[in-house]
Amino acid sequence: MSLDLGQLVLALLEGLTSGSIIALTALGLSLVFGVMRIVNVAHGEFYMIGAVTAWYVSTATGSFPAALLVAPLVAGGVALAAERLVLRPLEYKPEATIVATIGMLYIIQQAVLSIYGPEARAVVAPVAFTIEFPWFGYSGYKLVVAGLAALLLLATWLLITKTTLGLYMRATQQDREIAQTFGVPVHRIYAASFALGAVLAAGAGVLIVPVQQAHYLMGLDALLLSFMVVIVGGLGSLKGTVVAAFLIGLIDGLVSVLFSPPLARIVASLLVALVLVFRTRGLFGEQTA
Amino acid sequence: MSGRRITRRQAFKAAGVLVGASAASRFIGPLSIDSALRSAVYAGAPSGTPLRIGFQVHRTGIGATYGKWYERTGAAAVAEINGMGGIGGRPVELVAEDDGTDPKRGVEVVEKLAQQHKVDFIFGTLFSHVVIAAAPRAGELKIPYLVVSEGYHVASGKMNRYTFQPGITDVRAQVTALAPWIVKNLGKKITMVYPDYAFGYDHRDFFSKAAEKQGGKIAALVPISLAESSFTKFFPKIPKDTDAIYHVMVGPGVLTFVKELGEFFGKRKPKLFGFIDSLEGVDFGTPGLEYLEGSYIWEAFPRYATGDDTQAKKTYRQKVGVDANGASTQDAKDVSTYSHMFGVWETLFVIKDAVEKSGYKSPSDYKGFIEAIERMEAFSAGLAHPQGPKRFNGKLHQVYAQQFVSQVSGKKLKVVYKTKIEDGMYAPEADYTKQPL
Repeated sequence: MSLDLGQLVLALLEGLTSGSIIALTALGLSLVFGVMRIVNVAHGEFYMIGAVTAWYVSTATGSFPAALLVAPLVAGGVALAAERLVLRPLEYKPEATIVATIGMLYIIQQAVLSIYGPEARAVVAPVAFTIEFPWFGYSGYKLVVAGLAALLLLATWLLITKTTLGLYMRATQQDREIAQTFGVPVHRIYAASFALGAVLAAGAGVLIVPVQQAHYLMGLDALLLSFMVVIVGGLGSLKGTVVAAFLIGLIDGLVSVLFSPPLARIVASLLVALVLVFRTRGLFGEQTA
Repeated sequence: MSGRRITRRQAFKAAGVLVGASAASRFIGPLSIDSALRSAVYAGAPSGTPLRIGFQVHRTGIGATYGKWYERTGAAAVAEINGMGGIGGRPVELVAEDDGTDPKRGVEVVEKLAQQHKVDFIFGTLFSHVVIAAAPRAGELKIPYLVVSEGYHVASGKMNRYTFQPGITDVRAQVTALAPWIVKNLGKKITMVYPDYAFGYDHRDFFSKAAEKQGGKIAALVPISLAESSFTKFFPKIPKDTDAIYHVMVGPGVLTFVKELGEFFGKRKPKLFGFIDSLEGVDFGTPGLEYLEGSYIWEAFPRYATGDDTQAKKTYRQKVGVDANGASTQDAKDVSTYSHMFGVWETLFVIKDAVEKSGYKSPSDYKGFIEAIERMEAFSAGLAHPQGPKRFNGKLHQVYAQQFVSQVSGKKLKVVYKTKIEDGMYAPEADYTKQPL
């Protein structure tokens, strides 16, 4: 039946686009945990800040590329301030920072509700075209999103593997004290990592906003998916995060289209549960002694 | 700090101030007094003691856009009522509390309004999952609870003697009235897309029944979870030979839904019939909504002013601060929830009517207040009921009004069909008046 091939194509496309957005968002969460050992519960709010700022910038300037540039910077700025004013005074203690980031989540969310309001606002896609398959039409912009997300992932990988900042980040991740002994400015690396995590999430938020609209509660879903991804991929493992994001994206696409969307959520949650039971460190997580 | 100890003289002074303040409060109004003192205050109160009405508002959460407009409408109605001399000669005061559009907090808000704020009545709840959670608590606390929700839960008999819906028609009546028009004009094979919770199930159950009665056939049912933000993956569930898609959505995802529907179906566009619930607070000129052009939308109260609006409709529109396009007079981008918020206005006028008819003074008069509403049979059109004339069923605690079908045309809505009130009425399945008070 020709419809089945159509469904398969649709499932793969949906999996690819959602996977790339989740990868970008979850990568930030994983990076922050890897380097700082902080579980950032407010991570989804940086995604939301990205989307909301994109609405403001593109409405004011009419330029989507401007939004793509400004929104991550704004989110990064908020993250730097939060790192300096909240996380550093708490000395990055794991338990304290979880509670503190929960507080940040609500503060950011309610601040955006007060300033921006409860409406979902649309941003016009910078490129709007529909790809006509024999069975259905598909948004060309969604494929552009997947491409741009892939570029951002590549840029992050280059940053971490090829630059001095990346070297410092990796050193801090492996052993904070030894890195500090060797002259790595650990505090500044922490600040940079936290900001970079926010920048990645905000970048994903900007890319998704022409598809999904900016809404003050949109961070919650992003947070949930990011957590699922980093649990499956292994918290702190960047490779694991990217692989798991596409895995979960594809499962979601295939199960949603071929069976039903609620079943896709069930299967993804089951995968998380199985990983937690049988392979606690995730698919690519580092061995803990 | 031993040098700053309170002297006996200061203590006496403070006590004196407190005694004076509580005596004064009898004349200024109840500030924070327990219920025993409160009835004493009302018994000998001058006519200036305010009637306090608890307002359960969705200020945050997915219902926040509705909540914003419900609050504006409530404030406008109270200003109007106070300008007319209040309710039974007493001024009205709204005590608003946010429930976060959350069922659990909804229950807490009912408790807080009843027990802490000690309001006379509670009203205004919209989202059906919140109503279904909170109404039983209002029944336990024995406080009148007047919702503006449009779910069938009140008329179904599943709520209680204290819960009423006198301001807005329920979903069952809406879809029963609309089904003949939809089947006749859009086609017999219909796929329903609806939210996967109570409100959506009312649509599913009652529209399916009503459409089949008209010779229609439900081609597929596509429930969508409230948390969903992407919809393309649902569309393969829509059979190819569907004549029309019936869509009712809530929450911020509706723009995405319409846009993705457009991309998916393109020119092979099935006919669309939607519910304004999805697009309340949304400008039809929003990019992405072009696909709705030419499609049909249900409205309870037409958003765009029509040439033949009555004076009451015009006055109401002006009092709630809405322009001819259904947006705020302050900000043309701030679009109202016009097909729902009139229920807030009309419910407050029903409260006014019931208080005045029953001579309600204090919570000990709830029996008279409730029976007064249950005796109501019809509301005539006018400033108290700007949406239009209504029938009220006291046994079901539910009101019935005329419904509208509008076509999206030039990024605006234009009314193309009006139902009669009787079209939506169904055989009652409950009788609240038999329940004890």
